[in-house]
Amino acid sequence: MAEKVTSMPSTIHLALIHHPNPEAVEFISSRISHVFKIPVKLQHASFDPRIAFDSRRQQYDSTVLLAELLKEIQNKEDKIIGLTDVDLFIPVLTFVFGEAQLNGNAAIASYYRLRNAFYGLPDNPDLVLHRLEKEVIHEMGHTFNLIHCPNYRCVMQASTSVDEIDLKTGNFCPTCLEKIRQE
Amino acid sequence: MKNEEFGILIVDDEPAVRDALQSWFQKDGYCTETASDVIDALKKLSVKSYDIVLLDIKMPNISGIELQKRIKEVDADIVIIMITAYASVETAVEALKEGAFDYVTKPIDPDDLSKLVRRAIEQLKLKKENIQLRRQIDEFIMSEDLVGESPQIKKILELINTVSKTDVTVLIRGESGTGKELVARLIHANSSRKYFSLVPVNCGALPETLLESELFGHEKGAFTGAAYMRKGKLEMANGGILFLDEVGMISIKTQVDLLRVLETKKFMRLGGHKEISVDFRVVCATNQNLERLMKEGTFREDFYYRINVFQIDTPPLRERQADIPLLAKHFVDKYAREINKKIDNISSEAMDVLMKHDWPGNVRELENAIERAIVVTKGSVIKPDDLPLQMNQQKSAPAAGDSLEAQEKAHILYVLHQAGWNITKAAKTLGIDRVTLYNKIKKYG
Ligand SMILES: [Zn+2]
Ligand SMILES: [Zn+2]
Repeated sequence: MAEKVTSMPSTIHLALIHHPNPEAVEFISSRISHVFKIPVKLQHASFDPRIAFDSRRQQYDSTVLLAELLKEIQNKEDKIIGLTDVDLFIPVLTFVFGEAQLNGNAAIASYYRLRNAFYGLPDNPDLVLHRLEKEVIHEMGHTFNLIHCPNYRCVMQASTSVDEIDLKTGNFCPTCLEKIRQE
Repeated sequence: MKNEEFGILIVDDEPAVRDALQSWFQKDGYCTETASDVIDALKKLSVKSYDIVLLDIKMPNISGIELQKRIKEVDADIVIIMITAYASVETAVEALKEGAFDYVTKPIDPDDLSKLVRRAIEQLKLKKENIQLRRQIDEFIMSEDLVGESPQIKKILELINTVSKTDVTVLIRGESGTGKELVARLIHANSSRKYFSLVPVNCGALPETLLESELFGHEKGAFTGAAYMRKGKLEMANGGILFLDEVGMISIKTQVDLLRVLETKKFMRLGGHKEISVDFRVVCATNQNLERLMKEGTFREDFYYRINVFQIDTPPLRERQADIPLLAKHFVDKYAREINKKIDNISSEAMDVLMKHDWPGNVRELENAIERAIVVTKGSVIKPDDLPLQMNQQKSAPAAGDSLEAQEKAHILYVLHQAGWNITKAAKTLGIDRVTLYNKIKKYG
């Protein structure tokens, strides 16, 4: 179980794992600092993601990566979100878009399955960027102890397909926003 | 009701699975706890009541089925979802028969898991919020035409009751006339998809290209003659049930196309480029030996396994002879009411004939025979003479005379015989309506 975070984090670390697109990184970073009103520090993850690689499934275990990300932060109040382009899974599920510790410090999001190409559709970089933004803010929201929200426009709405991600916005609904303020 | 008002217990001996699922459900706001073994699970269930139990079918020291039985003893209302490896789907189907809500195969598709739990929660909500409604939901909708007291019929009703509450694919097998479509309709009427359509497709009636366009629909200009966009049956079945009758007649190419739709729940209209997402359940029926078709290479193995998850066999009428009197009486009432004739019984001699016949056309043949008898009978009791000729061997067909009337009578008899005494079908062939045909049969005796 994640331990309770008592005060507002001073920094959100944005850690790149295998992530090649600089414009995306810049956009995501500015969105995080804007939404959470906390400074974002950009860094490259110091570990090799291959430690999480499952050769049978040809995917990366996101729980292993989360544990590695946690080691990257010294200050117990800080939060860290990993950004990656590898295909993530947790053993019991076929895949995940991302994972987060509820009310914890670490989260991870991948754009592997957010790309249109994955579904055999023509590329749309702009759409992928907005999906990634929503996924990152969603997983970060979990670290602020937010659970899934029934409001279909809210970024905390649960989504298990890109169609569902496209339906929601990248923002919190008033209820979720209020909960973050109280944290 | 909020999610936090629902309790979920996850029972699995693998810590990684327990933790992952617990964290998944906590994010949905459910009150979630885990148990690592049977004793732990039963202990937790004895102190607190849970709404949903996710149960690994393979637990050490005890079978998942056995544990499910014990849980149901503690709380009969609990919703049990089985988690199974792909290899033990058979056991999962067995669990369904024992009252499990549904099952998921590991690794679980996140989308399937969230839809499944949502469906379970919806059902629980209805139960909790409205006891009155609960009675209606639990009440099994019966069909008047599925009559019988034989163990075979009771077994079928039990299977329909079990499977209709889940979303598994059902294959109904049986000779023609045994009521396969009726079974499909009952599954639909008793399922949570009953507010959406049951869309039947007779796969044997159409050549390959027409069947494809029937199923997938087409865009305007997809082929010569496609002047308008037309939605296919796949789209019409969205939310409901797609009933593929005579599934053994589908060509290999169409099997491949359908398999892809069943697996991805996505397809494109013919001549289209846009993917359309659909959510429907599949029920298939066949009177063919699919295993033999597979050996002959006209039926794909992967398609076979995709559609044959839960099988219901409709027995031929000759194997449930005990039901003939009840069925006959039911059809007598039905058709006597329909044509407003006062007929209340079947003579014991006529019943004798019915019992001795071997009914190659099954219940449908019996229904047609009774319908015919109701039309021709002169009294209030059906006698052997009222039954179709082929059942009374002693009676031979009268030779046709040269008069117009005699010719007409002979021709009507011939067409009726060809149609297996199906009056609707015969009337159609003769180009007259049912009432006219009734009157003519009455006139000629
Ligand atoms: Zn989430
Ligand atoms: Zn919200």
